[in-house]
Amino acid sequence: MKIGIVVSEGPYTHQAADTAYHFVKSALAKGHEVPRVFFYHDGVNVSTRLSVPPQDERHIQKNWTALAGEHGIDLVVCIAAAQRRGLLDQNEAERQGKDANNIAEGFRISGLGQLIEMGIQTDRLVTFGD
Amino acid sequence: MSEVKKFLYVNRKAPYGTIYALESLEVVLIGAAFDQDVSLAFLDDGVFQLTRNQNTETIGVKNFSPTFRALGDYDVTKLYVERESLAERGLSESDLQEITYEDEDDDWAEKPSIRIVSRAEMADIMADQDVVLSF
Repeated sequence: MKIGIVVSEGPYTHQAADTAYHFVKSALAKGHEVPRVFFYHDGVNVSTRLSVPPQDERHIQKNWTALAGEHGIDLVVCIAAAQRRGLLDQNEAERQGKDANNIAEGFRISGLGQLIEMGIQTDRLVTFGD
Repeated sequence: MSEVKKFLYVNRKAPYGTIYALESLEVVLIGAAFDQDVSLAFLDDGVFQLTRNQNTETIGVKNFSPTFRALGDYDVTKLYVERESLAERGLSESDLQEITYEDEDDDWAEKPSIRIVSRAEMADIMADQDVVLSF
């Protein structure tokens, strides 16, 4: 089965990004496909490469980057939600005249159309959030 | 895109206080370009999103409630509001904005987009969908 994933709450504050991660790993292990994960609302904060949690804690962004790299998952961060919250890739930082960018490897910024498209193209859409 | 799916956007939260309602509406507006069969559901505190005469001046947040009246232009014409959620909050249909669309199959007659449904009917509507996005 093709499963699309939405993560709609922020990392560490909320368990959504962790539970989604474990769900995706399990789904893949069972032979399902997870072509895309869409990060929305505060979920976009998962994609910052500047997060530095204590060493004895899980690193949510790195977990996702590794999982996506291993399985070719498209990690999409909503551009409108990201820009509100100070998350920019290099292109957007230049376009907006900002002096830094902070999107981690394996994530890409794109539009909400990617969420709708995922809903159309997958067999199930599973949201992790409140 | 040939396949048309039934999309339901479920709105459960008050319009202000958190960003869920506003960012839900942003998905609806973008999603309208995909020519899917779109419905919106309003229940729990989500029914407050459709109340009339919203004024956000004193909280410094944009009042986005007029945008709901533009949904008809995006062919988003089914706004289901749960009757029990209204009643539990002391609201009735007359507290909600008038939201209409022009029915192209009926000589562009102006028709109401808001449909008040019972909790049981809402469950049936949800069960009938292909994709449910909850905000």
